[in-house]
Amino acid sequence: MSVQRSTVIFAWILLLPALLYVTVIVAYPLVDTFILSFTDASLKKTTNWVGWANYNKIFNETFAEVIFRTFIWTFFSVSIKMIIGVFGATMLNAAVPGRALFRVLTMPPWIVPMAIGIFMWGWMYNGQFGMISGMLQNWGLVDGPVAFLARGETAFWATIITDVWIGVPLVTLYMLAAMQAIPQDLYEAAWTDGAGRLYRFRRITLPLLIPSMITMSMLSLIATFNSFDIIWILTQGGPNGETTTMIIDTYRTAIGSKKYGEGAARAVLICIFLSIFCLAYFRVTSRLASGEHR
Amino acid sequence: MSQPAMINRYRWHELVAIYCGIFVFLAFILAPFVEGFLVSLKPLGLLFSSPYKFWPENGSFAAYKSMWVSVPGFARYIFNSFFISSIVTVIVLVLVVPAAYAFARFKFRGSGALLAAFLAVNMFSGAVLLIPLFRLMRSLGVLNTYFAMIVPGVAFLIPSAIWLLRTYMMRIPRELDEAAFVDGASHFYTLRRVILPIAMPGITVVAITTFIGSYAQQFIFALTFNSKTEYMPLPIGLYAYFGRQEVIWNELMAASFVGIAPAVILIFLMQRYLVAGLTAGAVKQ
Repeated sequence: MSVQRSTVIFAWILLLPALLYVTVIVAYPLVDTFILSFTDASLKKTTNWVGWANYNKIFNETFAEVIFRTFIWTFFSVSIKMIIGVFGATMLNAAVPGRALFRVLTMPPWIVPMAIGIFMWGWMYNGQFGMISGMLQNWGLVDGPVAFLARGETAFWATIITDVWIGVPLVTLYMLAAMQAIPQDLYEAAWTDGAGRLYRFRRITLPLLIPSMITMSMLSLIATFNSFDIIWILTQGGPNGETTTMIIDTYRTAIGSKKYGEGAARAVLICIFLSIFCLAYFRVTSRLASGEHR
Repeated sequence: MSQPAMINRYRWHELVAIYCGIFVFLAFILAPFVEGFLVSLKPLGLLFSSPYKFWPENGSFAAYKSMWVSVPGFARYIFNSFFISSIVTVIVLVLVVPAAYAFARFKFRGSGALLAAFLAVNMFSGAVLLIPLFRLMRSLGVLNTYFAMIVPGVAFLIPSAIWLLRTYMMRIPRELDEAAFVDGASHFYTLRRVILPIAMPGITVVAITTFIGSYAQQFIFALTFNSKTEYMPLPIGLYAYFGRQEVIWNELMAASFVGIAPAVILIFLMQRYLVAGLTAGAVKQ
């Protein structure tokens, strides 16, 4: 009995440092955000309680547009990441000479400082002299220079593509690991029965990948919803707010305009959306798990 | 015996298709690096000329020399990046190694919920918590110091480090702990003398992924909590340079390549561990 108790105490002692750290640096700020969102905190010395005023203020047409845009942006980014990632993993999973090298070459966007990768994209999107516009002109696909980041529609897609580029290595390597965890004898059994490569992919690989795909989509969804660096460096939310997502909007309000209270209200909404995603994820995974036991 | 070999035998058109697929995939991944490198070789005159030319015709490494003058703090930025990431890694390890061991070995009331709470930290980015963090850093008096970037950086790297290391430690046979315990070793002694040496490969993987995470993601805290040039990490130092009206692109690209070189070399040497760490933490539950 006392051994049991001393074990539990030991476990808590081991956990305490990390727990304290996360409480002070994450949990406390989280609570503080909720509190701040009901105040008019700013650079002023005094802070007043304003109730729901911040929330009433942000629920207008512009903000609804920002929310809508965030969802569309996230949806396309995550979907494209998953498609390219599964495609890449399938290719890298093939037993062909050179695959070890190809796997290493997949990593750079993930391991290089994000900002530096984004600078490179910034140049590629340059209308006058950048690679994409230049190549398209050289091939005669467009007539004049296309300044991708200066027009709303193209800037929106340009930021998505860059976000996809940064996210793809992780998705690819994760899906590759998931593919390699599929028991080899399944393939051999199917092969003995005369199943072709495509058939094996469709009937063995894809179905068995679904749990990993859901997990990865979820992780990717959270990261993408929180994506800040890419849009901030490329467009700062412009032109005309066409790439302003909720995170960018929050940053502008809170840090740019120093309206801490209003910024906090926006941050709270982001937290609510993220919590909904997580709940949905746990519902889906627990349903999948119970399906497996049946 | 020959079955696994036979199953992997490709017909020629399958091989062509696979290599084409890999080429397209890697072209997307590597295009910005190729273009960035070629830009760093082009003289500014060629860079700002139409029509667009892919190859640098009279390319040179001149930008790699001149950038040291144009970006005066460059060496300092690289040092700062390494310094911040190293300190972050050390703090994360100190906090995470005991915590991961506790989660891997001991079942107590609330341990599951606590682990979930740690993982939930991953849900929130620094951007969401920026305002209170800013006020917190201000009241701690660490704004515009290294700590303004280190302290929040650590918190957001803890969850995945705990998850990775816990997975690794769960694979260490429990009998080892029990044997040590029967021999009269204390819990602490067991952790230090039995578990830590065995867990070293796992700890190495966590150290590497944490270092990379910290190195690659230095942006928002450094952008918001520090305005002193001498403490800026590489991405922010270059961002300040990038934000100017007239960007000297070939120098910016040269600086980027020199700046990422040490990290890339380190990472390619360690890539075996990296993939191992990722797959261990991710797939096997």
